[in-house]
Amino acid sequence: MTGAQAIVHFFKEMGIDLVFGYPGGQIIPLYDALYDSGIKHILARHEQGAIHAADGFARASGKTGVVIATSGPGATNLVTGLANAHMDSVPILAITGQVPTTSLGTDSFQEADIYGISIPITKYNYLIKEPSDLLPALSEAYYLTSSGRPGPVLVDVPKDIQTAHVDPSIPKPVSIPGYNPQPAPKAEQVSALAEALTRSLRPIFYVGGGANMNNVAEALLKLAEASDIGVVTSLQGKGIFPDGHSLSLGLPGMHGPKYANIAINEADLIIGLGVRFDDRVVGDVRRFAPLARIAHVDLDLAEIGKRLSVDLPVSGDLKLVLEELERKLSPIKRPEWKKRILELKKEYPLTIPKSLKEIKPQAVISALSAATKGGAIIVTDVGQHQMWSAQFIESKKPRRFLSSGGLGTMGFGLPAAIGASLSGRKDPVVLVSGDGGFQMNLQELATIRQYNLPVKIVIINNGCLGMVRQWQQFFFQRRYSQTIFEYNPDFSKLAEVYGIPSQRIEDPNEVERAIGALISSKGPGLLDVIVDMEENVLPMIPAGRGQTDFYETDS
Amino acid sequence: MKKIISILVRNKPGVLSHVAGLVTRRAYNVESIAAGPTENHQITRITLVVSGDEKVLEQVSRQFEKLIDVIKVDAIPHELALTGELALITVSFTPEKKTEIMSLIALLGLTIKSIERDSATVMIAGSAQSVDTAINGLAPFHIKAMARTGLVALPIGGVTD
Repeated sequence: MTGAQAIVHFFKEMGIDLVFGYPGGQIIPLYDALYDSGIKHILARHEQGAIHAADGFARASGKTGVVIATSGPGATNLVTGLANAHMDSVPILAITGQVPTTSLGTDSFQEADIYGISIPITKYNYLIKEPSDLLPALSEAYYLTSSGRPGPVLVDVPKDIQTAHVDPSIPKPVSIPGYNPQPAPKAEQVSALAEALTRSLRPIFYVGGGANMNNVAEALLKLAEASDIGVVTSLQGKGIFPDGHSLSLGLPGMHGPKYANIAINEADLIIGLGVRFDDRVVGDVRRFAPLARIAHVDLDLAEIGKRLSVDLPVSGDLKLVLEELERKLSPIKRPEWKKRILELKKEYPLTIPKSLKEIKPQAVISALSAATKGGAIIVTDVGQHQMWSAQFIESKKPRRFLSSGGLGTMGFGLPAAIGASLSGRKDPVVLVSGDGGFQMNLQELATIRQYNLPVKIVIINNGCLGMVRQWQQFFFQRRYSQTIFEYNPDFSKLAEVYGIPSQRIEDPNEVERAIGALISSKGPGLLDVIVDMEENVLPMIPAGRGQTDFYETDS
Repeated sequence: MKKIISILVRNKPGVLSHVAGLVTRRAYNVESIAAGPTENHQITRITLVVSGDEKVLEQVSRQFEKLIDVIKVDAIPHELALTGELALITVSFTPEKKTEIMSLIALLGLTIKSIERDSATVMIAGSAQSVDTAINGLAPFHIKAMARTGLVALPIGGVTD
């Protein structure tokens, strides 16, 4: 068996039946082995599209996404996708072709040191130099992607390794010395947390992507309801606790609703669960949750205390910690705190600005939420529309809101929606994108058309780079430097060229009907919504400020 | 404050890149880094001297622990640290200064590795302090070149806890 055949054999043994990629010179042997392998390969139109699609697949399915690219430019085109997956802890196995081992280091045609380049943006990576190392490395790599804190792993395979003779036996999942993917929680840490929670009058769960599992979501709901614990969910945690629940406080931080941030400000205990205490949430470290003790439950010890000091560290697997916590806690009703949460939500609701003339973006997203009722996978790009989606989409379940959080990668949305539509979930996939991010990977419309993927695309088209424009308006005296698109193509006509049904709307009265039509249509579809250009994402806490330093607009 | 961090890693190609890359990526202040084999040929020991406040140093250890190739990270407390360092120093001189330099070399207990007409290369192995003393002693003359290995360390008894 050749190395290339061994890779395909490995896919089959692991149950990998779908991969994303783009061929090239140094990966031809692997593509040759894939040719009649029965493994479904999605041909993207750019390697970045391929890896974001693998990312979207992984986020939606919970399984490792596999992406294949050639050496040199093929490999470097994966870089943004690797960094994106690394920041949001998404399991991806990236396999790249490389020049033959005999040519390594000689600046051969299409040679790039992707091993060196990808060190800081992968969980781990390999450059295979011996045929006998190939399958052990693949086996270890695949195991690493999804075990412990998930992440992308890259395996760089020189062409002569792909053609060399390889022993096809796959080593059993390897034990890596010093690597403990499921650390058992320390009993005394969980006890301390249980005790703090018992004494707390105003506790809040702050939930992140590390809790993105059905059984964790169920345990959380049970705990929160039993003991009246308020819940904020980070962008990666959205949907883990149902939006709209009486205890749900939505997104904390920079663009979260006021009630979320005021509640954090009033809380006496914040319990971070699989979350990074990201700067967009915390703002000024010294002024975050000033009355609260901070507990942090995470499997990654290096996250605990990374940004702010933690009073109650709990290291360990989240599911195990919650199980243990449930055993140690007797439910306590906190009617006053529950009442306060409801009161805050009533006093500071998120509102949709009214307009008869222009379409307000919030109205579009709100209509989309109403039309999908939590039963869709919503994928976003990055920018204003992303924050409005976080505010106005009601997500009810884990893995139904996919968004590039840590890296904030414009161009993520369209290919990620492609991957999500292939994740095996029955829920319809809706992409909400801005006109800027959409143009960063719009070549993937061809992929949608080729495989007839039922991706519904809503472009919140404000003709500008809205989020940067908003910062320029607030903090740079409206000097809109390079943020206004003086030319944009007609996206509806563009979709037509790709054979995708489309519509363009400008009238507020058309929104509901057009969204309804898009969602109920069968195949792919695109809705280009021309919206008010100067609409801003509010509330806003400027970067690095305190939890209740809401930016006051002049208008 | 300074801390000696001793890391045992899988002896794999690229492991030094992973360790060194982490240092720059997380903007840690590393004063020295030394790597070499251990009693087990599959395991390499990397010794770092890192400076920063307590919180930063705690983070450094945890981030290193997270690297897949890292088997164990030990922060060796100073009172338990057995340390050593080696340096090669080439000092140049004019013929009339030669005698003065030679007696200084003898006084400092340095090993002579080579003597040329207008220069000598000496070696010192010992604590970081004795290496510093040798360098300071030779400093009034022209130090033409120098190579320090960086500190290596083991706790008393060879292992912590």
